Amino acid sequence: MALLEIRDLHVGVENRGIIRGVHLNVNAGELHAIMGPNGSGKSTLSHVIAGKPGYEITGGQVLFRGENLLRMEPNERAAKGVFLAFQYPVDIPGVTTTNFLRAALNAQRKARGQQEFSTPEFLKRVREVAGSLNIPQDMLKRGVNVGFSGGEKKRNEILQMALFEPSLCLLDEIDSGLDIDALRTVASGINALRSPERAMIVITHYRRLLDHIVPDIVHVMSRGRIRKSGGKELALELEACGYAQFEDAA
Amino acid sequence: MPNLKTRPDGLRESPMKQVLAKADAERATGDVFAAARGRLPGVGLVAQIRARAFDVYKRAGLPHRRMEDWKYTDLRALIGEVLPLAPRPDAEALVRAKVSAKQVAADQAVKLVLVNGIFAPELSDIGRVENGVVVRSLREVLEDSATGAMAGLVLSTTSDSAISLNAAMATDGLVITVNDGNAVKRPIQIVHVATGSSVSTYTRSYLQLGKEAHAAIVESFVPAEGASGYQANDAMIALVGDEASLSYIRVAAAASDAVNISSAIIAVGARAKLDLFSMTCSGSISRYQGFITLTGEGTKLSANGVNLVRDKLHADTTIVVDHAVPHCTSREKFRAVIDDCGRSVFQGRIVVRPAARKTDATLTSRALLLSDQAEADNKPELEILADDVVCSHGATSGALDDTLLFYLRARGLSEKDAQMLLIKAFIGEAIEGITSENLRDFVTVETERWLQARR
Amino acid sequence: MVAVQETIERVRRIDVDQYRYGFETLIESDKAPKGLSEDTVRFISAKKSEPAWMLQWRLEAYRRWLTMTEPTWARVDYPKIDFQDLYYYAAPKPKKTVTSLDEIDPEILKTYEKLGIPLREVAMLEGVEPKVGEEDPARRKIAVDAVFDSVSVATTFKAELKKAGVIFMPISEAIREHPELVQKHLGSVVPTSDNFYATLNSAVFSDGSFVYVPPGVRCPMELSTYFRINERNTGQFERTLIIADKGSYVSYLEGCTAPQRDENQLHAAVVELVALDDAEIKYSTVQNWYPGNSEGKGGIYNFVTKRGDCRGAHSKISWTQVETGSAITWKYPSCILRGDNSRGEFYSIAISNGFQQVDSGTKMIHLGKNTSSRIISKGIAAGRSQNTYRGLVTAHRKATGTRNFTACDSLLIGDKCGAHTVPYIEAKNSSATFEHEATTSKISENVLFYCIQRGLSQEEAVGLVVNGFVKQVLQKLPMEFAVEAQKLISISLDGSVG
Repeated sequence: MALLEIRDLHVGVENRGIIRGVHLNVNAGELHAIMGPNGSGKSTLSHVIAGKPGYEITGGQVLFRGENLLRMEPNERAAKGVFLAFQYPVDIPGVTTTNFLRAALNAQRKARGQQEFSTPEFLKRVREVAGSLNIPQDMLKRGVNVGFSGGEKKRNEILQMALFEPSLCLLDEIDSGLDIDALRTVASGINALRSPERAMIVITHYRRLLDHIVPDIVHVMSRGRIRKSGGKELALELEACGYAQFEDAA
Repeated sequence: MPNLKTRPDGLRESPMKQVLAKADAERATGDVFAAARGRLPGVGLVAQIRARAFDVYKRAGLPHRRMEDWKYTDLRALIGEVLPLAPRPDAEALVRAKVSAKQVAADQAVKLVLVNGIFAPELSDIGRVENGVVVRSLREVLEDSATGAMAGLVLSTTSDSAISLNAAMATDGLVITVNDGNAVKRPIQIVHVATGSSVSTYTRSYLQLGKEAHAAIVESFVPAEGASGYQANDAMIALVGDEASLSYIRVAAAASDAVNISSAIIAVGARAKLDLFSMTCSGSISRYQGFITLTGEGTKLSANGVNLVRDKLHADTTIVVDHAVPHCTSREKFRAVIDDCGRSVFQGRIVVRPAARKTDATLTSRALLLSDQAEADNKPELEILADDVVCSHGATSGALDDTLLFYLRARGLSEKDAQMLLIKAFIGEAIEGITSENLRDFVTVETERWLQARR
Repeated sequence: MVAVQETIERVRRIDVDQYRYGFETLIESDKAPKGLSEDTVRFISAKKSEPAWMLQWRLEAYRRWLTMTEPTWARVDYPKIDFQDLYYYAAPKPKKTVTSLDEIDPEILKTYEKLGIPLREVAMLEGVEPKVGEEDPARRKIAVDAVFDSVSVATTFKAELKKAGVIFMPISEAIREHPELVQKHLGSVVPTSDNFYATLNSAVFSDGSFVYVPPGVRCPMELSTYFRINERNTGQFERTLIIADKGSYVSYLEGCTAPQRDENQLHAAVVELVALDDAEIKYSTVQNWYPGNSEGKGGIYNFVTKRGDCRGAHSKISWTQVETGSAITWKYPSCILRGDNSRGEFYSIAISNGFQQVDSGTKMIHLGKNTSSRIISKGIAAGRSQNTYRGLVTAHRKATGTRNFTACDSLLIGDKCGAHTVPYIEAKNSSATFEHEATTSKISENVLFYCIQRGLSQEEAVGLVVNGFVKQVLQKLPMEFAVEAQKLISISLDGSVG
């Protein structure tokens, strides 16, 4: 059984079709890249998997370990191990990163029937993970993403991913707004989290990211559908010929 | 018990003061209305509306500080008496008015002149009114039995007693309609010239801007040579159609011992654009109050203004923006420059009604005090009854920034020039909101005139 | 965020109508006859064995009150109060003169236990020293002057305070024991003629706290009053007077609760603070009077006059309030900045839910040179409530070099409530620098989704964001209060998330 199984998914916003029949199987241990032009529906796909409100599911199924994901609340999905790294992480004034991480982690653990972390245990874990990602301690004391640079915000997303240990990571344009050095740091963080138990879906507009995070499978999405799937060489083909060829296939 | 003999304002747990005895002024007003009745245009329904409006006024009385909206401008205390209605201007008055009207004329504008509250066609550019625009005098409209039904609209009031008084007493004004889809090229300028002394005038105009129509209205108040101690009460009722666009600029100058009370009631349709600017720069007591209701979705409002205050001028600008429907945007910028013993009052209320989701409203009000006797009162207000909104206001007051002044002086500017430059920049923040370059220049020239007098 | 979790848990266990402090103590009480007349005033004064000057003071206030009308300018709406249908004095019937806690009616002690106010003093009074390591040494001591209905039933820690020279006692006692101090300062900040409710209070106040901190003394502990309204149809009229003499410091905590009742109860207190040269007073309030039930029935009318006078140069008064209770709140803790270089501060969290109406804010009246003030107000409206900030900042002609900074933020939860901001900003000289900013918004859906995607429930996410929103003010509270306040905030917002 695939970890994530999407069957003929149709999604709309205000009666306009955004996703128009997507099929996708993702197994544990795999890293999929979804590429496509702006408006192709690739970010919407990640939002729908995570349960962002405001979308209308007009058809199809999304199964996670065989369970109907679409029927779950977003926080239930998070507790089941679905993690979305946001393209634009929000800032939450007055709530320190540490407090936020603890509240979220313990909520997930509780939902899974696990023991909540005590404060010292939790702090120890956060420090370890933050250290491995070169995240300075003072960033943890600041309000969530408040005054963070683009790179810091994305590193904060990776920190959460490392801490929550999800089994499915959706990385929505994780490369946007990053310079090459920040991109390298973020990519190495992601690579360190690859494991046989964990699947990742990397959504990007540019091939650049895939030089640093090498995918097992590449999908090309356009106008609400996956038009072509292949190995990592597909990304190179895309760069050479652009997305236009896939538009025609519609 | 120690007694505080002189208790500064605001010490008590009450923003209000003790009840004031009804001023003699109000009794006098009753006489003025009785005396003027025969001279006021309109009979039948119009006369009934007037009588009703006067009743409303009589019950509330002259606005005073126990009325929250008039807290800082207590007309009962400030106006000793309501003066008798001004007589019709004579030939000599028209000659003086012509000179003043010319001085304030906006470039290329179609001028419509009211002298002492009476429309003066001989001073107006009636012949230059563009096709698709209909201009009539208020007197004509109120006296025309065929337009009787329109009277209720033209004589609209609110709960404000100054507006009711105006509806009761209005002698003349302009009724302008712009047809649907018509883009008026030249600005239409209404010029109010005061020529009398120790008299009061009541004018009222009505503007109806059709669907998808575009127009610019300039309203100027100016005293003629020799005019003094008069009281002007003006009202503008405007309806802005769907997808229409209106620029409305108002510049008020008055004799140094004169009173100017102007009210605007504006209702705006859907996806329209309204660009308001008001400037008060001289007189003794001035109150400008604008009530703008956004009644159609997707409308954008910009409402800016300046109070330029010197001598003993008390200038009050009060703007209420009422978001009645969803998806509208309003931006307000207000600046006050206060010199000598002047006092500037700014009240800006943003109302968001329960239905008005996705409202985006901001207001900033800043006051610059140039003298130790100057006073700035600021009351920005938010009244929010819908949750999905972004609303904010900001208000500051203070003196010119010493560091900036020094920087400019170190670069070689004289103190006066350095001040002038900073004041211009300060006022400029409000003026730059005017979309038409032509009108922006017109307002800039008016502010320059005020600034030059500072030298 | 452990506190948040705990709160949410608690909220789950109670339903909207279950006001945590809504129990009634069954004790005999000694009431004045119903209604208000000169005789009522004389009855109260006689009960307190007051000197003649005090009775005169009360009677003057009463006669003044007869000429006054209720204020109507606040954005609150309630049926007319029948002032003749209230009891103006209710005291628990004492067994004998109370000198220590163990002599107090055990029912009353139980009440305080349920309230969870610091009762470590009970043990201390009984001579039971805490075992080593049992008590967190970092926890500060709090002296409690508990007001039960209208009478201060016990004042603890008196001895230790006495050593420092601090006078902390019921004001009824102070009138007898320190008449010179009371006579000099009572009504000097809030005169008997100030406003309808303050004047009423002056006529009929039954008790309250009195604090005097001598020159140069830093009060060795936080002083605290816990107010409770118990008796039916009882107006509670406390009078608090705090005097910080030159160079002294005192921090005062006030907490309020009331039992759950269907009828509305009136609370009209007056608090006067006097800070002389270089003195500092910090006054913190957590108010969770019964707000009425989910249909808007019952609840406290909280019409309070609180004012501090920075009388001396370089003095400082700081108000911090967390207002979550009462059906109606009408309250403007203010500072008169009379002394040169004095400073006033106002930090406020006002939360309204259900049918609550809040009209609260402050006045910063700058009279002295180089005075400064700061206002941070956080309003949260939920349910069908109306929440208004009303504030005045004014600098007088001679108050040169004054500064004020004001930030008022409102958060709306749900589309049936209202949040309003009404500042009055008056600069009467050019060297006054005022800055005011205000925002109103709802919790962003993106922020909520972000939190929920990380595993928090909708309620937890709202709780988290709200606690972040008010953090700046919570930090101004003494530690013990901050924890309690944080819990209260989440409880108050229970049921607000759809």
